[in-house]
Amino acid sequence: MTTMSSAEPTRRDFLYIATGVVGAVGAAAAVWPLIAQMNPDASTIAAGAPIEVDLAPIAEGQVIKVVWRGNPIFISHRTQKEIEEARAVDVGSLPDPQSDQQRVKQGHDQWLVLVGICTHLGCVPLTRQGDYNGFFCPCHGSHYDTSGRIRRGPAPANLPLPPYEFVADSKIRIG
Amino acid sequence: MSGHSTYQPQSRFMQWFERRLPIVSFMHASFVAYPTPRNLNYWWTFGGILSLMLAIQIVTGIVLAMHYTPHVDHAFVSVETIMRDVNYGWLLRYLHANGASMFFLAAYIHMFRGMYYGSYKDPREVLWILGVILLFLMIATGFMGYVLPWGQMSFWAAKVITSLFGAIPVVGDSIVTWLWGGYSVGNPTLNRFYSLHYLLPFVIAGVVILHVWALHEVGQNNPTGVEPKSDKETVPFTPYATVKDSFLMVVFLILLAWFVFYLPNYLGHADNYIPANPLVTPAHIVPEWYYLPFYAILRAIPSKLGGVIALGASIVILAFLPWLDTSRVRSAAYRPLYRQFFWIFVLVCIGLGWLGAKPAEGGYVIAARFLTAWYFLHFLVILPILGLIEKPKPLPNSISEAVLREGVPIGAPAPAPSGTKH
Ligand code: HEM
Ligand code: FES
Repeated sequence: MTTMSSAEPTRRDFLYIATGVVGAVGAAAAVWPLIAQMNPDASTIAAGAPIEVDLAPIAEGQVIKVVWRGNPIFISHRTQKEIEEARAVDVGSLPDPQSDQQRVKQGHDQWLVLVGICTHLGCVPLTRQGDYNGFFCPCHGSHYDTSGRIRRGPAPANLPLPPYEFVADSKIRIG
Repeated sequence: MSGHSTYQPQSRFMQWFERRLPIVSFMHASFVAYPTPRNLNYWWTFGGILSLMLAIQIVTGIVLAMHYTPHVDHAFVSVETIMRDVNYGWLLRYLHANGASMFFLAAYIHMFRGMYYGSYKDPREVLWILGVILLFLMIATGFMGYVLPWGQMSFWAAKVITSLFGAIPVVGDSIVTWLWGGYSVGNPTLNRFYSLHYLLPFVIAGVVILHVWALHEVGQNNPTGVEPKSDKETVPFTPYATVKDSFLMVVFLILLAWFVFYLPNYLGHADNYIPANPLVTPAHIVPEWYYLPFYAILRAIPSKLGGVIALGASIVILAFLPWLDTSRVRSAAYRPLYRQFFWIFVLVCIGLGWLGAKPAEGGYVIAARFLTAWYFLHFLVILPILGLIEKPKPLPNSISEAVLREGVPIGAPAPAPSGTKH
C-alpha cells in the first residue's frame, strides 16, 4: 500500500511498524488477564496453607491418607523390614535414582511422607501392594517400592515428597 | 458456493428481500439446486447425519444446562435430579449421553468413507483438514462434557487427561496447575470445563459451515473418484440427496432410540454413578468407547512423554493424509492393493479400541504396541509406497460409463441405486 517503493525506509514505513508494535503490545496486555485468571485464585492459594498432622496414633505398618491442597498425602509408618528392603537395593539400578535416606528425614527413618499421586497420569496408587510391596497404581500398572520409588511401569519418576518438617517428635507440618 | 441458483423470488416481498439479503437464493443454490454426483451411495449420507447429531446435542445440551449446577458439591446431585425429578429429564440426558456416542460413530464412518474413496485428495485437502479439526473439537467437547456429572469416572478422566500436559518438559507442571485453576482437579476445573463445554459445540458449528463451504466449492467426490463431466452425471440435491439423507437419518435415529430406550447405560460406566472421590481411584479406569483407540496408543508407549506424543500424533497425522497418499487414483474401487490395506487399517483401529478397554498388562501391551506401530506405518510407509508400486485398475472415463458398466441405463428416471453395491 506504500506509494513509494524506494529501498530507503521511509517515515511511513517507520510509522507502520511502530503502530504494529504498539498494537501487538496492547493485544498482549489485553490477553494477559484473560490467561492469568485461570491460575489458582487467592482463596485456593490460601486454602493450600500448611497443615499439621499428629503421628502418634499411626501404628507401625499402617499407612494413612491426609488431604493437602486437594491431593492425598500418604504417611506410612514403615516396619523395620520395609526400611531394610528399601535400603537393600542398588540405587544406580533404579529408573529414578534416589537413596531411601534422601527420601526421609534424618532420624525419622520409619516415617515416609509422600504425595499419593502417581507420577504417570495422576491416579492414586493403592498402598502396600504391587511387586515391591510398596504402592501400586492400578491405572496403567506402575509399581513403587517401600520408599515410594518407581520400579516398574510407565510412571517416569518416584512418588514426590511434599515439603514437610518435624515440629515435634511425633508431629509434622506439611506445606 | 458453486451451483447455479434457479431460484426466482415470486412475491414482491421476497423480491424486495432478495435484493437486500440474498440468503434464500443462497440456501437454494446450496441445498436445493446444488448438483450432486448421481452415483452417490449411502456412505455419503453421514455428513447430513453428523449435522443432525450436532443439532440434537445442542438442543438437548441447552435444556440440560437449565437444570445442571456446575459445582463440585451440587453437580452430581443436579444430574440425579435431572434423572429423577425433572420432567423428561431422563430422556434428555440419555439422548445427550448416547447422542455423543452416535455422533462419534457417525464421524468415524464418515472419515473411513473419506479414506476408502480418497476424498481427501486434490482438490479436497482443505475440506479434509477441516474435518480433522472437527474431530479434534469433538474429542475436546465430549471429554469436557463427560466430566460434568462429576462421578468417579468424570473426575478421574479429568485427572488423567489433564495430567497428559504434565509430560511437557519444563513448563508441564505450570500448565497443569493453570488448567486446573488449583493444585488438583477441583471446583475451578469443573466450572471452566462447563463454560468450554457450552462454547465448543458452537465453534464446531462454525467450522462445519467452513467445511460445507469448502465442500461446495470443490464439489462432492463419488464412489468412482472420477469428477462429474457433465450435467447428466449430477442430480439436484433436492429431492435426490435430501431424500436419501433423510432416509438414513431415520435409520440412524432408530439406532440412537434403541440405545436411549433399551440400553441407556450400556455405553457408559457404572462407576460414574458413584460421586467423585479425589482420594480413591476406581480399580479399572477406561475412557468412553470412542476414545479407546487413542487411549490404547497412549498406553502402548512405555514412556510418559512418548505416549503423549504418540497420542497427539495419531490425530495430527490424519491432517497430512492428502500428502502421504502418493497415488493419483482416488477410489479404492480401482486400487486393488490399497483396498486390502484399507480394511486392515480398519481392523487395526477396531483392535486398538478393543485393547484400550483391556488392562495394560502382558499380552495386551504387546498387541497394543504392534497395532500402534501398524497405525503409524500405514500412514508413513504403506501409503507412500503403495502409490508408487500399485497398478490401479483402469479408471472409467466418466461416472456414466462406470454406472453403465454396472448395468443401469443412463438417463433412468431415478439415480442409479449404487448404494447397495458397496
Ligand atoms: C458437540 C456436541 C456435544 C457433545 C459431543 C456433548 C457430549 C457430552 C457428554 C459425553 C456428556 C456426559 C453425559 C453423561 O455421561 O451424563 C455431556 C454432558 C452435558 N452436556 Fe454436552 N455435549 C455436546 C453439546 C452440549 C451443548 C451445546 C450443551 C449446552 C450447554 C451441553 C450441555 C451439557 C450439560 C449441562 C451436561 C451435564 C449433564 C449430563 O451429564 O447429562 N452439551 N455432554
Ligand atoms: S496413572 Fe498411575 S500408572 Fe498411569
